[in-house]
Amino acid sequence: MTHWKLNAGLALGLVGFIALALFAGDTRLEVDHFLGALSGDESLGPLVMRELRMPRVLLGVLVGAGLGASGAVLQGFFRNPLADPGVVGVSASAGLGAVVALYFGLSERFAFAVPVSAVFGAAIGVGLLLTLAGARASATTLILAGVAVGAVATALTGLLMNMAPNPWALSEIAYWLMGSLNDASWNEVRFASPLIVAGVALLFLTARGLDALSLGEETARSLGVEIGVLRILVIGGTAMAVGGGVAVSGAIGFVGLVVPHLLRPFVEHQPAALILPSALGGALLIVGADMATRLISGPGMPLYLGVLTALLGAPFFLWLVRATQRRAP
Amino acid sequence: MTQLNLQRVGLRYGDAAALIDASACFESGQLVALVGPNGAGKSTLLGVCAGLADPSDGIVCLDDAPIGSLKFAARARRISYLPPDGRSAWALKVHTIVALGRVPHLKPLRRLSARDEAAIKEALDRAGVSHLSDRRFDTLSSGERARVLIARSLSTQADVLLLDEPTAALDPKHQLAVMEILKAEADRGRLVIVAAHALELVARYADRVVVLQDGVIREDGPPATSLSEAVVRDVFGVTAPGGVVPTRLELL
Repeated sequence: MTHWKLNAGLALGLVGFIALALFAGDTRLEVDHFLGALSGDESLGPLVMRELRMPRVLLGVLVGAGLGASGAVLQGFFRNPLADPGVVGVSASAGLGAVVALYFGLSERFAFAVPVSAVFGAAIGVGLLLTLAGARASATTLILAGVAVGAVATALTGLLMNMAPNPWALSEIAYWLMGSLNDASWNEVRFASPLIVAGVALLFLTARGLDALSLGEETARSLGVEIGVLRILVIGGTAMAVGGGVAVSGAIGFVGLVVPHLLRPFVEHQPAALILPSALGGALLIVGADMATRLISGPGMPLYLGVLTALLGAPFFLWLVRATQRRAP
Repeated sequence: MTQLNLQRVGLRYGDAAALIDASACFESGQLVALVGPNGAGKSTLLGVCAGLADPSDGIVCLDDAPIGSLKFAARARRISYLPPDGRSAWALKVHTIVALGRVPHLKPLRRLSARDEAAIKEALDRAGVSHLSDRRFDTLSSGERARVLIARSLSTQADVLLLDEPTAALDPKHQLAVMEILKAEADRGRLVIVAAHALELVARYADRVVVLQDGVIREDGPPATSLSEAVVRDVFGVTAPGGVVPTRLELL
């Protein structure tokens, strides 16, 4: 295993954060409660552990891993450190898909409607992005195409919110779009995990193609990489990994941007070696950030996870734009 | 013995013909140079030979098998191709870049085998960049980068090497070094086809020079006939009294 030390370190850190997140919070929980939760104890402590904390943390791991891996793969495919599911409009497209399902009440008729619709939205988003920008997109083209895709998705989402039948539906959609794991339950885990796991598995299949793409599309093709297949893997993988996450947690931005960028030097800038650490790092970041939002939030004033990641990620994005400008004038 | 056989190959981009009715048979052991003014069809011809562009007319065969009928990985194991734009999107290590030449040989999800490592080491040696193996690509000079990318195309151990202007933008020393590397590969029995602009360099090293003009193969033969005074005047619009003289520069 290449870079196994980095991966082992990240995995250990993730386990540590998971443990912290399980026991930290308004309700103090002990190891007994954890064991009680596993053995089906119905008293309050184990119940909080089993029905609130565990699914929330697990969902955080899944959503974070999906975002981190998608970010790493999108950056590798576009050969551009500015690519991220949020920046290039894929999260917004997935959000639109989910809102459509919520708005037309499809979720009441068909349990999987929201995640499936979010995945469709994300797939249309990535597909549109690839068509607009093309695989050899420059930084500028990529960001412009992403902005365009995101703008269309946001506009349509806005239209649906505009025509929302009542203020409660409106506020539900609005809060949901801000991104959080507040509503996490085992139901959400059941919805999202098959999609995200399958999506991340597809993303791992792109590894070798991404490495070959480092030297450009022509070199990659001459090395036997089938760009068309690679493109389908990228579209399908990101759509499922991001769409599955957005469906249960709303749009949580910048994770896919920040994590691969910070980890890249540790894998000697190799795109294939970056996917696994980014998945682990994304999970670690989401679990940690979600724990932070829980601890910071006061009664009646919840801080949303998506708001926190945006507050941290946006300045990083600005810095990254400056840095890439300086490197390639 | 490997043969790359072009039979009446043509390629059009929309209405514009990039290559017209090109026929030639290249054999292993030859160092073939493609020359011609900008836009004459050199890159197009290389792309067609590499199987990266499908010809609109005619057929390209590798040992009697049409290139289009080969599986991608099988084709990539037999033909290596170096595009003109020698950049890396990421600050990869030299060893990592040269290892990319092994991609067509790797089984899914497997790491580099001892055979792969041996091929990489040999390629680094032949291109004279072993000492750079642990350096990052973005810290190299353009001459060093060119040699590293050639090492990448050597590490595939393909029968056919196609290179699009590997000597462009290099100083005289690196130009000579690159041509020496290619000549050595041809002497080992590979078929090397290289597009180049430096006529004196070509005249010195190439066994066979193919002159392209407006998508048509104008000349195909040894340097002395292909780069005669008349051809150079007609094709390039410059005068070379007595034909192109092989460069007399030598590596120290």
